[in-house]
Amino acid sequence: MTYRQAVWDEPLLFEKRSEPAAPPSEGLVPRALERPSLDLPNLREWEVVRHFTRLSEMSFGIDSGFYPLGSCTMKYNPKLNEELAALPQVKRAHPYQDPSSVQGCLRILYELQGMLATIGGMDAVTLQPAAGAQGEFTGLLLADAYHRDRGETRDEVLLPDTAHGTNFASAGMLGFKVVEMPSREGQVDLAALRKAAGQRTLALMLTNPNTLGIFESRVLEIADIVHGAGGLLYYDGANFNAILGKTNPGAMGFDIVHFNLHKTFTTPHGGGGPGVGPVGVRALLEPYLPVPQVVRTGDRYALDYDRPKSIGKVRAWYGSFGLLVRAYAYILAQGGDGLERVSERAVLNANYLMKRLSPHLEVPYAGLRKHEFVASGARLKERGLRTLDLAKRLMDYGFHPPTVYFPHLIDEAFMPEPTETESKETLDAFADAVAAILAEDPEVVRTAPHNTSVSRVDEVRAAREPILSWRMLRNRKGVG
Amino acid sequence: MLRALGAPDVDALFADIPAKVRVKGLPLPRGLSEAEVAAAVTGILRANRVGEDLPTFLGAGLYDHYVPAAVRAIVSRSEFYTAYTPYQAELSQGVLQALFEYQSLICELTGMDAANTSMYDGSTALGEAALMAARITGKREVVVPRAMHWERRQVLQNYARGPKLRIRDVPFDPRTGKLDLAALRSAVGDDTAAVYLENPNFFGVFDDQVDEVRRIAPTLLVVGANPLSLAIARAPGDYGADIVIAEGQPLGNPIAFGGPLLGVFACREEYIRKMPGRVIGMTQDADGRRAFCMTMQSREQHIRRERAMSNICTNETLLSVASAAYLAVLGGNGLRRVAEENVRRARDLAKRIALVPGFRAPAFPEDHFNEFVVGSERPYAAVHEALLRTGVHGGLSLEPHFPELGHAALFATTEVHRQEDGDRLVRALEGVA
Repeated sequence: MTYRQAVWDEPLLFEKRSEPAAPPSEGLVPRALERPSLDLPNLREWEVVRHFTRLSEMSFGIDSGFYPLGSCTMKYNPKLNEELAALPQVKRAHPYQDPSSVQGCLRILYELQGMLATIGGMDAVTLQPAAGAQGEFTGLLLADAYHRDRGETRDEVLLPDTAHGTNFASAGMLGFKVVEMPSREGQVDLAALRKAAGQRTLALMLTNPNTLGIFESRVLEIADIVHGAGGLLYYDGANFNAILGKTNPGAMGFDIVHFNLHKTFTTPHGGGGPGVGPVGVRALLEPYLPVPQVVRTGDRYALDYDRPKSIGKVRAWYGSFGLLVRAYAYILAQGGDGLERVSERAVLNANYLMKRLSPHLEVPYAGLRKHEFVASGARLKERGLRTLDLAKRLMDYGFHPPTVYFPHLIDEAFMPEPTETESKETLDAFADAVAAILAEDPEVVRTAPHNTSVSRVDEVRAAREPILSWRMLRNRKGVG
Repeated sequence: MLRALGAPDVDALFADIPAKVRVKGLPLPRGLSEAEVAAAVTGILRANRVGEDLPTFLGAGLYDHYVPAAVRAIVSRSEFYTAYTPYQAELSQGVLQALFEYQSLICELTGMDAANTSMYDGSTALGEAALMAARITGKREVVVPRAMHWERRQVLQNYARGPKLRIRDVPFDPRTGKLDLAALRSAVGDDTAAVYLENPNFFGVFDDQVDEVRRIAPTLLVVGANPLSLAIARAPGDYGADIVIAEGQPLGNPIAFGGPLLGVFACREEYIRKMPGRVIGMTQDADGRRAFCMTMQSREQHIRRERAMSNICTNETLLSVASAAYLAVLGGNGLRRVAEENVRRARDLAKRIALVPGFRAPAFPEDHFNEFVVGSERPYAAVHEALLRTGVHGGLSLEPHFPELGHAALFATTEVHRQEDGDRLVRALEGVA
């Protein structure tokens, strides 16, 4: 497999020749607030379109090729959903419109709340959080509100060492104390959990299957320990793609769950966002959900703000409707049966790829994986190479590299998640590419990539002397 | 593939899930064909009345602007919209440069040195700004205007929970709608981390007391702006803002029933290491060519974990690219024309409403951007219902949240309104009176 990315020496918009700025009109703004000049480039439409088209040619999406980023679930995004989200009834609906004039939006929100509750084994769902991390933030606020309502103050969040970085950061942002627990054989160590759980335990946050792709098989015991201490269980839904129709957080004893609709439910990731992180809860936490909830009375849909115990708002309005409608369409298209096939195929692909790669890379911990697995590139060091070099060289073969250096407990981690929307041929080609790279001249690998629009990027320099804008670049150069 | 794994069937791959937690499938309807899904979703959405079907004069933070076709064409490039976060810089130079352009354009608009690639929306951008101000100053109080969006205020309150920041409200001058400076003076103190000023404020009023506010604010000045207004209004950096936040939706993104939205976040260079969120920097590749990458990642959750500046990971990147495309397609001159047109239309509409007996517009006599408060002799709910019956959607009632304004609503207009939309509104209001 060979690949050549486009190479354009595309200048910044600000570096292109611009038409002069037109003089401002007078008397439209109070004198003390008048803007003397506006230094934005003035270009022709075709110049701008060509500029961004060239930039797109120096980018790589799931439509371009295999994108096995572990824990990111980069699967194909159905095109129909883009068309639906572009309808004027979606794009031009204002959230403060009278409910009678936006019954279509409200019905979709209402039905999606129900679908996600079913999928998660939960009783109620808020669609508002803007991303997985905001789902965590919301979930911890809910847990805190619940405990306070019962007259308890709890301030410790228990996290296994395999947890996503956002779990730590969400807890930290809310001022809670993080108690990190070591894993044992790739799973939560129950002895460590028993020691950590207690009167201060607000919640345990767990990803299952965890970030090693291993199913935490003693999850019910984990739930018993945490509940026994009076804490709640939070399910990080980043890895939901592995369990659709096979198990669900409710069946596993969780109280709160966030869904990453931009992972399992195919809303496109947009180069880093937008995402959506709805949160499902058991009935005991429902009173605390953000306002408003979407409700149905007879055949009318409405917004319910009358929720005195609500935590209030975590973002403005009701959630990212433009994405929620895509996820809704995806769930309709798959149906219950189709979603179960999704997880079967995703798990089959992951285990198959692990099998194909294991002659070439060490895979710590025996046994089945779910939707992803973590290999170690530690042996590459014998040849003066690192996982990073392997990752960079994969680009020359036309593959986006997997997640690397996460989770931290695996040395030189290399974490592929193939998803269900890949063929056996692609998985074979990827495994063959890894094998081929390991047999290559190490110098070629160490200096990779060679076929992308730029060669290895100096990230240290970027951090040492930050240039974050045209303005900072100009000041650095001492011009303008 | 199963054979290669030595598995008799696919269920064998789920043998590690204990029977006690297994469920039997998903009790959801069977899957539909693409044509069936298209018919089902468009059928449901037909119950919405939007745009020309129901001319709508709502704003309150989200505005229905015309988005040039070229902007849609650019963000429809699947290399942009189906990519993940550009962790691998060499394969993602295009997205990275587009985001660097976005940061650069935002810096020019706001007069700041640096911008991040986005926060979730304007409200969480304010929450993050408050946390950042507390990190920089070590102080615990944030002073905010009463004349601000109540949802934004509620979001700020939740973001302030962690470090236990106190929020102090400053009333508006009931005559002008602007910040009450005397009240501001008494609200600030030794523990003030930041003063937050909105411009135009929630009532659509341009607050021209910016230099006075800067003098009164003892520490950081955080400014919330409608980014489109900055085409004609002074850059906040020019009057001493330290952090500028905004709801970026008006810059080329649809309202979409309230999301996805774009939290604009920019600051002065001296504070960049305290800034939340992802940022793109310019650097070089191994051959000395210009290149871009995500930078200063040691501030972020995947490195710093519970001591990160923020928990944000997935953000609103595609909307940032759309905004960069919007600003580039319009250019400075085009942006200025749109902003000027918005002011003129709002003035014109307010004048016409003022002529209708029973209504006062604008309720505050000062300069406005593209929305204004309309005072009404009758309770606004009744006016609202009457307008709806004639097929026009009025503004947002302010009575539940600003009872001191009496019967009042917030009306917005933009370049998408046709002459006949305004005519219809005015006729309908005449019918009410």
